[in-house]
Order: sequence, then structure tokens, then C-alpha cells
Amino acid sequence: MDDTLKGKKLLKTKHLLGIKGMCREDLDLILQTSESFKQILETPNKKVAALKGVTVVNMFFENSTRTKISFEMAEKRLSADVVNFAASSSSLKKGETLIDTAKNIEAMKIDMVVMRHSTPGAHKMLMDNLDSIIINAGDGAHEHPTQAILDLMSIVEKKPNLKGKRVTLVGDIVHSRVAMSNIHALKLYGAKVQVCGPSTLIPKDIEKMGVEVTYDLDEAIRNSDVMNILRIQLERHVGASFPSLREYHNYWGITNEKLARAKNDILILHPGPMNRGVEIDDDVADGDHQVILDQVLNGVASRMAILYLLSANIGGAK
Amino acid sequence: MKKMINNISLCEPLYKTLPKKLLIKNGTVIDTYSEKESVTDILVSGGKIEKIAKNIKTEKGCEVIDATGLFVSPGFFDMHVHLREPGYEQSENFVSGTNAAMSGGVTSLAAMANTTPCIDNKFVFNDIQSRVKGLLVNVHQIPAVTIKREGKVIVEMTELVEAGALAFTDDGNGIQSSETMKGALEYAKMFGTPILVHPEDHSFVEGVMNESLSSTELGMSYIPAISESINVARDIEIARYVDGTVHFQHVSVKESVELIRKAKKEGLKISCEVTPHHFSLTDDKVRTFSTDYKMNPPLRTQEDVDSIHKALKDGTIDVIATDHAPHPSEKKNVEFDFAPFGVLGLETMFSAGITYLVRKKKLNLMEFLKKITVNPRKVLNLEADLIKKGRIAELTIFDKDKKWKIDRRQLKSLSLNTCFHDETHYGKVLYTINNGKIYKA
Repeated sequence: MDDTLKGKKLLKTKHLLGIKGMCREDLDLILQTSESFKQILETPNKKVAALKGVTVVNMFFENSTRTKISFEMAEKRLSADVVNFAASSSSLKKGETLIDTAKNIEAMKIDMVVMRHSTPGAHKMLMDNLDSIIINAGDGAHEHPTQAILDLMSIVEKKPNLKGKRVTLVGDIVHSRVAMSNIHALKLYGAKVQVCGPSTLIPKDIEKMGVEVTYDLDEAIRNSDVMNILRIQLERHVGASFPSLREYHNYWGITNEKLARAKNDILILHPGPMNRGVEIDDDVADGDHQVILDQVLNGVASRMAILYLLSANIGGAK
Repeated sequence: MKKMINNISLCEPLYKTLPKKLLIKNGTVIDTYSEKESVTDILVSGGKIEKIAKNIKTEKGCEVIDATGLFVSPGFFDMHVHLREPGYEQSENFVSGTNAAMSGGVTSLAAMANTTPCIDNKFVFNDIQSRVKGLLVNVHQIPAVTIKREGKVIVEMTELVEAGALAFTDDGNGIQSSETMKGALEYAKMFGTPILVHPEDHSFVEGVMNESLSSTELGMSYIPAISESINVARDIEIARYVDGTVHFQHVSVKESVELIRKAKKEGLKISCEVTPHHFSLTDDKVRTFSTDYKMNPPLRTQEDVDSIHKALKDGTIDVIATDHAPHPSEKKNVEFDFAPFGVLGLETMFSAGITYLVRKKKLNLMEFLKKITVNPRKVLNLEADLIKKGRIAELTIFDKDKKWKIDRRQLKSLSLNTCFHDETHYGKVLYTINNGKIYKA
């Protein structure tokens, strides 16, 4: 391990709040470091001492299983001291403010904060008020940068040169933080980004970001090299702008039958958790094109890389 | 000045009593009523205008303001202010709010009814009236249209008009029921009293910013332009049908502007206002995530701002009013989603107009000043001809070109939530005079 990571390079960014505004070099360095950590994860020991003595707090103000476990796993594999804090942001709203909560925790001498929060920009507030390194684990429908990085890693492992390749995000774009971070990341790598879903789930003016829009899944399946299938939040949608899960599945659910019209080497991603039978069918979710469990492993490896690289700034984030 | 005990502000009024005789010498008197402008003197005696002439001789014991190079205007009128008293005195109160007003050159204002208790009956209304007496600033309390601003039962308008109400408003809430709006407009027609309408269709999912490319990139919940223009369209229809008088508050989107332009051409009794932030800023500001840019209606796009400039110029928009909405910092200094809507306005209305409209040649000085002097008074059926012999001296004296940097901590409001913090503005009010009192910056 120590050999692999010798001559540690530094990221230009001091925190990871979002992909927007990041440079290609930073992403390259993170991906490269992630592959090194992935190799370590494949060894029996799986653990390194890179973050020994570093305290990381995971503040989750929204439910999360996968991301929280993934971060915690990454932190522990790096030998960091880990503290978990979970609360609903709405209960926070009624009592102590976010800034007070965070400052109190920071007063106990911590180094890094991983936060998920329902409000876009909550991390900026944290960054402005704390000395710790801030990592965004999702802020509302704004950004989820570590998800974009693990998605990117999973794609370039199979398709090293993304330039000119078409990557389609399918489904609920308007409520998705994964979509926004993916768009920014993919564009840095020269991919053509397309979004596909019912018109009510495509946010206003997204084409002004240089993104192609189609409502026709068949067209998207035919012209894509990669498809990232976003989760439909079952509880959220049925109403004025979403008729039924049945209709959604019929027209935008990915089935093997529809996939027959795709390029042979199409890659299917899903950030999870999956609703089988809604946005993705069993035979696709378990099929030959998907890299869904690779994404999960890459999630731990890339979060290790991110924590490790950002830890260089501890004590000097500002 | 901003100390508080038990939520009662200790701030003192910032005005002094006018000297018996005051000569305002050699200023450029800009009379927005007659639309005339000339360098002349004004002699104020016993709080009233005694003489307007060139080279008035200084009498013994007469104080003099040398207004050479300065403008003397009818006192500004802000017809959209939240003074927060009663109920939210930690944000603002009658003293701090009127201090803010006079420091912005505002001599008269209309206070909205979304207080606790709501101003929805004569007894609360009279109580407010008695408590705002004797200040430099004329505070015109506007009662609600409906009980508790719930949009259901209309208030006792006849009694309130007799008690001195100039208009009615449920500001903060859009009146959702067309039936209620029709009833209110039809009833208020008996007195020629306008309904000040907060146009918003609340059936849309609650959002925190404009629906646009910015909301898409920021992943924020959004307020579409049509949530405003739908109600503008509806209320124009109702106004036509019942021959009522409607004033649309804080118009923010081009769709509303176009509807109002058309309705005015038709000759309907319709007027409207825009806030300084809606003619100055766009929703790009929200990218900073600062809650100083969270207001309702939200900041819109450049296209909307352009259409507002055009509508100010062609007279479609009659009035500039601030929607002065103080909130204490502990309420604003939270996550964007959880912060209340609203920003300060009284102290920056004039400088924002000079900076963003006059200096950028969207309006000339006379056109701009009309929208903060004559026009709001006309909408509320008040006397609009202020610069004349015998009238109480209600005047604002300003330096049009003076530069100043806006510092939220220097503002007179109890709250800090200005959207112009750190901006350099042109145009500074130096004296505000009304009701036998004078404020000096």
C-alpha cells in the first residue's frame, strides 16, 4: 500500500462539495488512487493505516443505507476513528441549528465531516462555519459527488475512453442528485450526456447545460453506450405529474426485451437501491451488461481515495 | 441601538424636532407631481411649507440647509412594508422600522397585515393607528382582505374604511378562492378602495426559488413563473367583471407584466408595483446559497428583469415598493430550505433605483422618483401634490451621485437580511422631513 501511494499528489480542491467546479486533473487523480485502493480491498488484510489518528464524523440528516455503510467501511479500512450521527433534518429544524450542531461536534476535535442533508447547499454553510474537511454525501437534489465518481470509475474500467460516448441517465432526473453530479463529471470526460424519462421528471432548461433530452426510451437504448438507471422514489411521485408505476415500467422500465435493440457492449449502471420491476427488471439487474455490484465495491475504493487525498488538507482547509 | 429586553427593542426614534424656521437653500427641487425641476429655496415654518422662491432671505433664527448640488423631492412613499409589529418585534417594530424608513428617505409607508394578531378588524386597526401617531413617518396600516388572511370571510370593510383604511391586502397569501376575490373586489368597489393583491396560486408544490436553469442545477424546489401570472390573469378577469380596483403587488415575471399591460390598455382599474430586488437581481444569485436571496416571489431570470425595465419605462409598472421583510439572523442563518422568505428594502430602495435604473438609463430621475412619490399615493387615493405652500413639509433631500457601500450592520433596521450587502450603490438620502420632524443622515 505505502508503495502504491508514495509521492502523494494533492487535489486542487480542499473539500468535496460537488463535481461542478472541479477540474479533470482532480478526478483523474481520484480515479487513479481509487484503483490502488481497490487492489488493497482485494487482498486478505483489506486495511491500511493511512488515516490513523484522523477522526471522521458521518452526519446523516437523511436516510441512507448504502452510502453510509460505504463511507463507514472506507473510513475503517483507512484506520480512521469513526463517529456516526443520524437525525432527520426536520427535527434539527425545530431545535438546534445545523451550524450549532456541527460546531459542537467539531469542538470535540474532529478532522473530517461527511454529511448528507436534504437542503441543497447545506455543505457550503458547513464549510463556511467549520475548520474541518467537508465531504458531500448528497445534498437534496443538488449533488452527490462521490456517487458520480464511483459511477465514473465503474464506466471507465470498462470503457477507458469516454470521449464521444453517449451516456444516458434514465428516470427521475428532476429529483436526483446523482443525475446532476453525473452530468458534470461525464462532461469533463468528453462524454455526450443524454437524459431520458417522462417529461415531468426532466427539469426545466436542462438542455441549456449541454445535455440531450429524449422521452423515448427505445431511441435512448439504441444510441447509448452506457445507461445509468436512476431510482424511482415510490412514495414521491404518483399524482399530478406521474400517472402510475405500471405506466412508468411499461414505457421507461429497462427490460431484456427492450435491451435487445441496444449496442452489444452497452453498460448498465444503477446507483441503488433498485426497485425491481419498476425501473429495472430482474433479468437486466442480474444480467450480463450490468456492473451494479462493481459500483458498490468501487464506492468503497473511491471513497477511500477521496478521504485519503483530502486528508492532506487537515489543519489547513481554509 | 439593537439591544433588546424581553423582545422589546430599546431603539430610539432617530428624528429631531424641526426648528421653527428652516430654509432649504439652493437645492434642485424636483416636483414629481407637476413634473418640474428648478433650483430654488423652500422655507419651512412651523413644519409647513411657507414659501417656495429663489433667493429667500435668511431671517433671524432661521436654520439653513445648504442644498447646493442636492435634490429636494416630495417624501418617498413605500407602499409595501412589513413592520412586524405586533407579533414579531424581534424582527422589526414601529420605531426601528420607521427609523429604517427615514434613513431611506421614506416619509410615508403602507404596512401589511400579516402580523399576530392579524389586522382584520376595526379594534386592532384603531389600536395600531393610535400607536403610530406622532412619528416622523406616516404609517398607513393596511387591513387584511379576509379574516386571519385565510381567504374565506371578508373583513368588515365598511367600518374599516370609516376608520381610515386606504386599501385591503392579504399579502403573504394569495387569495385562492375566485369567489372570495370576486366578493372582495365587488364589496370594496363601494368605497373606491383598491385590493392589494399578492398574486400566487398555492396549489403548486411549495418551492424555494424560481423554476429555471438555476433551480435545475442547484436541485432546489421551485416556484414556476405561472404560479404568479395565473392569478394575475384571473384577477384581471374578475376586476373586469365586477369593475373593481386591483393593485398587483411585487410583480416579478414577464408573463404578469404582459397581462397587466394589456389590461391597462383596455382601461381597467389596474395598477402594479415591482420591488427593487426584482429589477436589480436574477436567480443566479441563489447559486451562492445565501438566504439573503430567498424571497417570495423569488428572484427571476434576466429575461424577466429586462421585461420589468421595459414596463417601468412604458408605465405598465406604476410603483416601486420594497416588500421590506425583516427576519432575525437566527431565522435566516439556516439551511436554504428552512429559512423564511423575505429581505429588507426600506433603506436601499432609493439607492437601488439610482444604481440599477437611473444610472443604467432604464429610467430618468423624474420617472424613477414618480414611482416612489406620486404614483403610490395616487394608488391609495392620497394627496400626491406635496410641494406647495401651506402643506406639511414632507420632503426628502438627497445626493444623487454620492457613493456608499451597503453594510448590513450599519442599517437602522433591527434585522440584517439585505440582499445588497457589500454592494456599492449610488444615491444617498441626507435629510428626511415630515410632520414637523427632521432626520439627518
